[in-house]
Amino acid sequence: MAESETSKAKPRPIVRLGTLLISHSVFVSVVCCVSGVLALLLLPILAKNTYISENALMPGSASPMLSNQDASDANRLVNDLSELSSKSNNAGIVQRLVGRYISNLGAEVGYHQFHPDLSRFHPLHFFSVPDTGIVQENINCSCHGVNVIGIVRAPRGDGKEAIVLVTPYNYTNSGLADHLSLGVAYSVFSLLSQVTWLAKDVIWLIADSQCGEYASVAAWLRDYHSPAFSGFGADNAHTCDVIATHHDVKENVAMDMSSPDSFRRAGTMAAALVVKVVDRNEPFEDSLGVYAEASNGQMPNLDLINIVNYLAVHRQGLRVKVRKLFSLLDTKWLSFLAEILESLGSIARRLNPQWKFGIPAADYVDGTATLLGSLYYQALGVPTGPHGAFRDYQVDAVTLEFSPRHYSISKGHTEDFILRGGRLIEGVVRSVNNLLEKFHQSFFLYLLTSPSKFVSVGVYMIAFALLVAPLPVAAASLYAKANRLDTSLDDAKSFSPPTATVNELVISAGSWRWISAVKKVLIVHLWGTTVALLPYFISQTPSLTPVTKLAVWGILSLVCLLFPYFFLGSPFAGVSGTEGYKHEWALLKSATISAAFIGLCLMSVINFAMAEFGALLMVPMCLMVQPLKLDLRAGTLQNLARAAINLVLAFIGFPPATYYILKSTFGSFDGINIENFWCWVESLWSWNSATYLFLGMVHLPCWLLCAQILLRS
Amino acid sequence: MVLRSRPIFSLLLLFLSSYGFSTAFASGSAIEGGEEDFSEELLLKPLPDRKVLAHFHFETRAPRTPSYGRHHHLFPKAIAQLVKKFHIQEMELSFTQGRWNYESWGGFEPIASSNAKPPGVELWAVFDVPPDDVDASWKNLTHSISGLFCASINFLESSTAYAAPKWSFRPDPGSLRYGTLPREAVCTENLTPWLKLLPCRDKAGISLLMDRPSIYRGFYHSQRLRLRSAKTSSDGTHSSIILEQTLTVVLHPDSQKMSTVNSREPTLQPSWSMSSLFGKKISGTCVLAKSSTVYLQLDWGVVRELKNLENGNQVLGVASIMEESFVSNPAFVLSDKPDKVIREVDSRSEESAILYEFSVRKHSDLGPFDLGFTWKTPVVWSCPQLPLRVSRFLMGSGNERGAIAISFRSARAREGLTHAKSMGESCKVDVNVFQVVPWYIKVYFHTMKVFVDGKPLAVSDIIEKIHVSPSEDKVSPGVLEMILKLPCTVDSAAFTLEFDKGFLHIDEYPPDANQGFDIPPAVITFPTFHVNMHFGEDNLSKKSAVLSRFQENIPVRSYTEVLLVPLTTPDFSMPYNVITITCTVFALYFGSLLNVLRRRVNEEERFLKSKGKRPSALSRLLSKLSAKLGGKRVVASQSSARSSSFISLKLILKIILVAGIAIAWQYFSE
Repeated sequence: MAESETSKAKPRPIVRLGTLLISHSVFVSVVCCVSGVLALLLLPILAKNTYISENALMPGSASPMLSNQDASDANRLVNDLSELSSKSNNAGIVQRLVGRYISNLGAEVGYHQFHPDLSRFHPLHFFSVPDTGIVQENINCSCHGVNVIGIVRAPRGDGKEAIVLVTPYNYTNSGLADHLSLGVAYSVFSLLSQVTWLAKDVIWLIADSQCGEYASVAAWLRDYHSPAFSGFGADNAHTCDVIATHHDVKENVAMDMSSPDSFRRAGTMAAALVVKVVDRNEPFEDSLGVYAEASNGQMPNLDLINIVNYLAVHRQGLRVKVRKLFSLLDTKWLSFLAEILESLGSIARRLNPQWKFGIPAADYVDGTATLLGSLYYQALGVPTGPHGAFRDYQVDAVTLEFSPRHYSISKGHTEDFILRGGRLIEGVVRSVNNLLEKFHQSFFLYLLTSPSKFVSVGVYMIAFALLVAPLPVAAASLYAKANRLDTSLDDAKSFSPPTATVNELVISAGSWRWISAVKKVLIVHLWGTTVALLPYFISQTPSLTPVTKLAVWGILSLVCLLFPYFFLGSPFAGVSGTEGYKHEWALLKSATISAAFIGLCLMSVINFAMAEFGALLMVPMCLMVQPLKLDLRAGTLQNLARAAINLVLAFIGFPPATYYILKSTFGSFDGINIENFWCWVESLWSWNSATYLFLGMVHLPCWLLCAQILLRS
Repeated sequence: MVLRSRPIFSLLLLFLSSYGFSTAFASGSAIEGGEEDFSEELLLKPLPDRKVLAHFHFETRAPRTPSYGRHHHLFPKAIAQLVKKFHIQEMELSFTQGRWNYESWGGFEPIASSNAKPPGVELWAVFDVPPDDVDASWKNLTHSISGLFCASINFLESSTAYAAPKWSFRPDPGSLRYGTLPREAVCTENLTPWLKLLPCRDKAGISLLMDRPSIYRGFYHSQRLRLRSAKTSSDGTHSSIILEQTLTVVLHPDSQKMSTVNSREPTLQPSWSMSSLFGKKISGTCVLAKSSTVYLQLDWGVVRELKNLENGNQVLGVASIMEESFVSNPAFVLSDKPDKVIREVDSRSEESAILYEFSVRKHSDLGPFDLGFTWKTPVVWSCPQLPLRVSRFLMGSGNERGAIAISFRSARAREGLTHAKSMGESCKVDVNVFQVVPWYIKVYFHTMKVFVDGKPLAVSDIIEKIHVSPSEDKVSPGVLEMILKLPCTVDSAAFTLEFDKGFLHIDEYPPDANQGFDIPPAVITFPTFHVNMHFGEDNLSKKSAVLSRFQENIPVRSYTEVLLVPLTTPDFSMPYNVITITCTVFALYFGSLLNVLRRRVNEEERFLKSKGKRPSALSRLLSKLSAKLGGKRVVASQSSARSSSFISLKLILKIILVAGIAIAWQYFSE
């Protein structure tokens, strides 16, 4: 009677749906994973055309004012610079020359001396902006640079906001392209010093790239936003014994200016443009490379890229390029996929002319290469240029890299090139100048599939969500299955009379069995954290080659792994008491999957692209994993295949292996060089990339747990 | 009859006219302030950075006598009513566009100290009312002025927008109120009502030069209105109101573009004339004006350079620029001969400023007056600098916290520290800082740090006097007043204040919230330094309003930059999306939470079981119906009915309780 009543009590639909999903977890997992990968591959088709979202920008609504006069003035600067650089190597003379050019325009000149930050791993200050206290002790004394800064004050503006133009320039070693980049910026700057429409101040920063382009800009921004009042000269003299060079530079520089010390400031920065000219010998036409990725995959507002793209394409006739993975362009599978999609699109169009989702195969291949490039550079978490330094201060910035064809920069044509480049930058500055509010209208989270096409967060989230969705389902089903099987095992074992009480006891014992699995997972994650922190101590010890550093790292990690084995009661041999349960591995796998799910979801908030890549690697690995012994014991073809796939996945999933495999497939593969991996890791942590933390704290532990399940007896 | 009446009429006329004369005479002789008068003056000054400063000064003076009634001859009635109604003792209102460049236009001089104003609107007023009524008067005043000048000055009404500085802004105690609107845009709509206050508007006299396109094309534009009362008699019984209207513009003479950018030698300063600056000429005086004068001022820097030039040219025997005869000089040519050359008498140094005086009445006799100034040789000079160059900036980034920093750098100017250094080692420079901070910038005053020459100092060592009133959320802004005592040999000093950024209610955001929020400029005063020019002649000040203002002993004052603080802003573009998703999340959260909290374990099963035992409502109804039909009494269902009514009573009580709590909550949170 009672039993029939309980069977009548139907659970709620949402619970029923959950149980349905869990009971068909394998099917759900396969469908979700496949559709997740498909969704990722479909993104180039789903990409939308960019549009200017903020109406106030009005790009190109005013005709450019940059005249031949400005261009020829700038050309004179270029010639002067070329002359100087051919004669001598003295940075001070060049700085003074540039300073004089700026002050002749009626603009303010400032000189900023700096020592760049030492790139060092700070485990405790990972996401925080460094404050002055840390900066002080973190100064790299080996390099000393001087940035030249020019500021045009808006004639009728209130000086609350500023637009920044940056040209990285190496004073001691520069070529024609570098001179041209100064020339382009100078032409714009000289125009802006005369115009009446300026509402925001314009700062021109000539960043001394002797110590690296990024470092000089970052040092300037650091002093702009968090100056150290307790004396630049005094404290630096203590930390760095460079007083002599200091005075030297000061004397050099002081000749042209009233107060050499004063750090010139304008208001809050609205946007920043980094202008670079690179001599790449473009064969056909002048092109413009747009770099936007800042640290941890942060992007500037899409509107900034939009106006650059719009003005470059429609006004100046430049070819705009964004970075892509070139090695993907001529892969067979991609072109095959592209053709399939194209034909599908054409079939769909034949059925209903309204359906326009097909794109030409070439476009698709290009779009995918750009998309994956975009994902890759965001995932690395390393800024792709000096603009990255601005993003740390919530300033939208983008690097414009002009690469003129050879004809454009040959003798006598530079003026034309300066005119074109200058007009583009003038247009962008004018648009930003029109802006009443800061950039907020358009997207901050997007992927580019071409300079004029983007995928917004709402669309690309789907691929990731589909990939990640099977994880909790699989974890739940594994847990349920393991519990059920073990309980039945227990039931079979127990033959004491009062079944009800025993049942309850068993349920309680079974329901607490996951604790040991979770403990194991936690210990392994703790180990992962330790491994991630180890390089900090290793890098403290000087005079080690990268190979030895890598070896020390590996050995120390192993030692750390053995430590809990000895002292915490061998967590890898299984916790005593639950040894008898056959499905212990399932519980462990369930816990591993849950941890991976949590890690991936957290990472998707910090750096989406990395989470996407991580999901592509980890989700199949976690879902497929099963003790090899079980498969081999079963011995059917299916089981053997599964074992083989598991082995391959586990191999691919090991971070160094992943690195080398990716490098050989996408990059220029020049033999397995052990050093490279260490250097890569070093670059990740020195840029404070969250990718490094992800690898250490989520990916590596997850891989270890999978490997352990795989090798379980 | 006709013949007889005429002499009487003429007698009457004579009598009347003589009476009129005598009254006029009497009033004229009684006191000088007894009569309303108006004067118009224009001061032109070439600036070192190839620009020209034009300073219009109009002054209307009216005696404050009860017998005068409500009517005025010259004094604008609107202002007189304002003064009367709100008991204004002193008031200053300025509309400014652009920034005063303290470095190249000078800071240590009368015009910079009193006419360099922060961008936007600044208003302060001293009231002659009991302390309790000051705020009410201020609020009414802001509304009146707002209407008078077509500006949104009424935003200064709210108590979050204005402050009552105790001593740092002006020595006046008590009833002073001060407010700024940094974002107010200034244009002709503000100038027109201002011009309406002038007796001749811009139809005649010097104000004729105010061609809108040319004065708004300038680099700095500050239109100011100042009301003050002056005691005209020694015993203080008679006082008069003085309305001072000034317009200070910095213009760039339209000259040929600088062709040789690269040349090392200094280029010739652009020559200019009134017509090239303003596009207009003065065709006559305002007939109502007592005096109508144009001055041309040459700074001490120019004078020194010119003297050097003269010394070089002494062999040629050219006349000095100081001479009244003024034939020619090697540096520049004036198109008209000045009526008078006035020298500043400065005890501190040899060089001093020179003023050339041109009487408009005299010069516009023959034709429109168009003063031209042509440079002949390139001259480079610099303006008198502030004792300490002040700049203020924001530190930090992000939407959470930041810091305001004010830094001082010694300019090593002539008047500045060389003068002070002579006083010995122990000398100190007083710096008076007055800073108003809106409430959403939550400044922590205890985090104040002071650095002098790169060394952190204890706050108490350097601050002589400080008064802080912390901000109160949505009620009042934070005010910081303090006097820093810096050593004279100071090279650089800085002090920082940390703040947290607050959150605003959604309807407190302005329409362009994403631009950021302004921190009004800090007012920096150097009380130990005074700008005043002394002129040899004593009666000059009686004749000229501008010169008398120059002779006043005002401390050097400068304003810092306006700062823009980005605050967190909600996404205004899609409020419905936000509301929908928030509501969904809340519903899910609270729904599931309540569900979990309310439901007991296995309750559903028990419920089902009991339900299985108890007939359902329909069946009960049916059974009841059948019982009624059958004439039997229903026994079983009675208890359940009672219990259900009991439950419903409980339920109602619960609902009432919850509602009561909600009402009480609402009531107390208001």
